[in-house]
Amino acid sequence: MLVDFFLHLKDRKLPVSTKEFLTLLEALQQGVIGHSLDDFYVLARAALVKDEAHFDKFDRAFAEYFKGIESLPGMDKAIPEEWLRQSMKRHLTPEEQAKLEKLGWGKLMEEFEKRLAEQKGRHAGGSKWIGTGGTSPFGHGGTHPEGIRVGGKSENRSAVKVWEKREFRNLDDQVELGTRNIKVALRRLRHFARTGAAEELDLEGTIAGTAKNAGWLDLHLRPERHNAVKVLLFLDIGGSMDDHVRVCEELFSACGSEFKHLEHYYFHNCVYESVWKDNRRRHTERIPTQEVLHRYGADYKLVFVGDASMSPYEILYPGGSVEHWNEEPGAEWLARMTTTFPRAIWLNPEPEHVWQYRQSTGLIRNLMGNRMYPLTIDGLTRGIRELGK
Amino acid sequence: MGGMRFEGSDNYVATHDLTLAVNAAVTLQRPLLIKGEPGTGKTMLAEEVAAALGLPLFQWHIKSTTKAQQGLYEYDAVSRLRDSQLGDPKVEDIAHYIVKGVLWQAFECETPCVVLIDEIDKADIEFPNDLLRELDRMEFHVYETRQMVRARHRPLVFITSNNEKELPDAFLRRCFFHYIKFPDRETMGKIVDVHFPDLKKDLLREALEVFFELREVPGLKKKPSTSELLDWLKLLLAEDIPPEALRAKDQKAAIPPLHGALLKNEQDVHLFERLIFMARQNR
Repeated sequence: MLVDFFLHLKDRKLPVSTKEFLTLLEALQQGVIGHSLDDFYVLARAALVKDEAHFDKFDRAFAEYFKGIESLPGMDKAIPEEWLRQSMKRHLTPEEQAKLEKLGWGKLMEEFEKRLAEQKGRHAGGSKWIGTGGTSPFGHGGTHPEGIRVGGKSENRSAVKVWEKREFRNLDDQVELGTRNIKVALRRLRHFARTGAAEELDLEGTIAGTAKNAGWLDLHLRPERHNAVKVLLFLDIGGSMDDHVRVCEELFSACGSEFKHLEHYYFHNCVYESVWKDNRRRHTERIPTQEVLHRYGADYKLVFVGDASMSPYEILYPGGSVEHWNEEPGAEWLARMTTTFPRAIWLNPEPEHVWQYRQSTGLIRNLMGNRMYPLTIDGLTRGIRELGK
Repeated sequence: MGGMRFEGSDNYVATHDLTLAVNAAVTLQRPLLIKGEPGTGKTMLAEEVAAALGLPLFQWHIKSTTKAQQGLYEYDAVSRLRDSQLGDPKVEDIAHYIVKGVLWQAFECETPCVVLIDEIDKADIEFPNDLLRELDRMEFHVYETRQMVRARHRPLVFITSNNEKELPDAFLRRCFFHYIKFPDRETMGKIVDVHFPDLKKDLLREALEVFFELREVPGLKKKPSTSELLDWLKLLLAEDIPPEALRAKDQKAAIPPLHGALLKNEQDVHLFERLIFMARQNR
C-alpha cells in the first residue's frame, strides 16, 4: 500500500528518493507514531520532503491519495469495519438488516463514498444526495431502509485536515513572484552574478601551506569573490504586462551592482529595428537595434521579459507591428539577436500552462529555441541555469 | 538512544508535529534539519532537547569561512614550524599539533550527546557534501596520525538553516526535515505563558492583539518574531504598562508603547507611523 503512496508522490513530481522512503518505513516499524493519519502525515513529510517549497505539493498529493479514507466521516482515526457494522445494526430493525444484506455492505460503503465525492454542499430532502429527511440510502433521518446514518450535524465534510489547509501555498516555487519570493529570486540572481571569476592570492592558505612545507614557499590561489556576468535586459512595455515587467526590472536592478554590466532596453510586443531606454521619451529617443547588436560582445547574456502574446503577424510579416511600419519581420530581428548573443532566454510572466493556447507564444518560443521560462522562482532558476551553461 | 522521547520542556513549547519530527530523528538516529522564519526558536530547540533528555550539547556555529574539516580536527602547522625552529622536543609527535573539532569531541563523548550545527547555509556550498560520510557513518580518518575516529554513541544531530543557500540533495536525503512555521495565536499564548508565567491575562491578550495586528501591516521589511514579542513583553512588564494603554482600538491611532522592541528597522517605524497617521485622517 505504501509503495503506491510513494509512487503517487513521485508521479506528482515530488523529488522523493528510495532512501527516504525506506527511512519512513523504518520509522513506522520502530513505532515512532501511533495509528493516526495526522501523525502519519507529519512523519511522512519530515522523512520525504526536504524543502518547504514542496510542502504545498505534498499536501495536495497526500490529500489526493488519502481522499477515499478521508471523506468518510469519522474515518480519520481508522475505525475498524466491524465496529461500524455493529453501530449500524443498532440503528436498524431486523427487517432492515435483512434488506441491507441484500445490497451488501461493501457496495453500500462504495456508493456512499462515491456520493460524498460528488456532493458539494448540505442537502435536505430529495432521493439521491446525502442529507436530512430524504429517501436516499445515505443521510440523517431518512426513510431508506439501507441508509447510512450520517450524524445529525453536517459530518460529511469532516474537519479540515492540516494538508487541506494548504498553509504552505505561498512557499511553493511554482507561483508567481510575490514579495516573499523576490528575496529568494534575488539570491538566485546574485548567485548567477558571481559565477566565472578569476583567481586571487589566498594569503592565509599560502601561510598555512608554507608552514606545512616546513618553510618552503607554497603559493595558494582561490577564486576571486567577484562577478563577471554581463546582462542585456529587454523588457516588453506598454500593455497588460506592465506590472510583471516592473517586478522583473526591479528584480534585476536590485542586484544590478552585482553584475559587471547590466543594460536594459524596452520594446513593444516584439523587437524590431529600434528600441528605447527611457519609456517617457520612447518616440523621440530611439536606438537602432543594429547599434545594440554591435555595441555589446557575445559574452553578454540576453534576457527578454514579455508575455509574447500578440498577433502572429507582428512576428512573421513586414509591416506587422501595431505601432509603425517595420521593413523586416520581428522574427528576423529576434533571430539576429539570438545569433549575436547565443546565451539568451525569454521570461514570460504568463503562467506556463496557458502558453499552448497562444499561437504567438509558441512562435516566440520556437524562435528562442524553447528557452522560454515562466516568471516564477522555479522558472528563474531554470532560466539562469540555461544561461550559465 | 532508544526509548528516549522528547515532549517539549518547561521553557520551550514544541508543537505536536515538531515533537514527532524530533522523536523520529531520535529513534532512527538520523540528523534533523530545521528551517523556519528567524526568531522561531530553531537554535533553542537543540539546547532544549539536550536539556530535556539530559544529554551534553556540542555546538558548532557556522560562518561563511567555516570548513567541514574544522569540525573534525585541524592540524596546527604554524605552531609545529615554530617549535621545530626553537628545537622543542614536542615536535617529534605530530599528534601534539592536532586540534580536535566539535564533531571529534562529540564522537569521544562517554554518553550519548546532542550536536548542533547552527546555520549550515552560511558556509560554502560544498560544506554539507564534505560532511556526508562523517554524519552518515559517524566516523572519520585522521590523515596526519593515521587513526580512525569512531563515535562511541551516535550523537543526535540538529542542523539549522536560514535558507540562504540550497543544500545538496544527497545531504537532504539523509536527514529528517521540519519547517517551524510562525506560531498561531494559541501556540503563541502558550509560549508567552512559559516565559512569563505570572503575566496578567488581559495584558497578554492585548499585547498579542497588537502583535499580530502589527505582523499584518503590509510592506514591513522585518516582521516582528517570537523573540521580539518576548523582549517587548519583558519591557512592558518592567515599565509596568497597564493593559488599557495597549487597547488602542477606540482611538485606533495610538502607537503601541515601546514599539522599538518590535520594529527594528527605521523604515518600518516610519511606515508604521505613516499608516497610523492615515488611519487617523480617515476616521
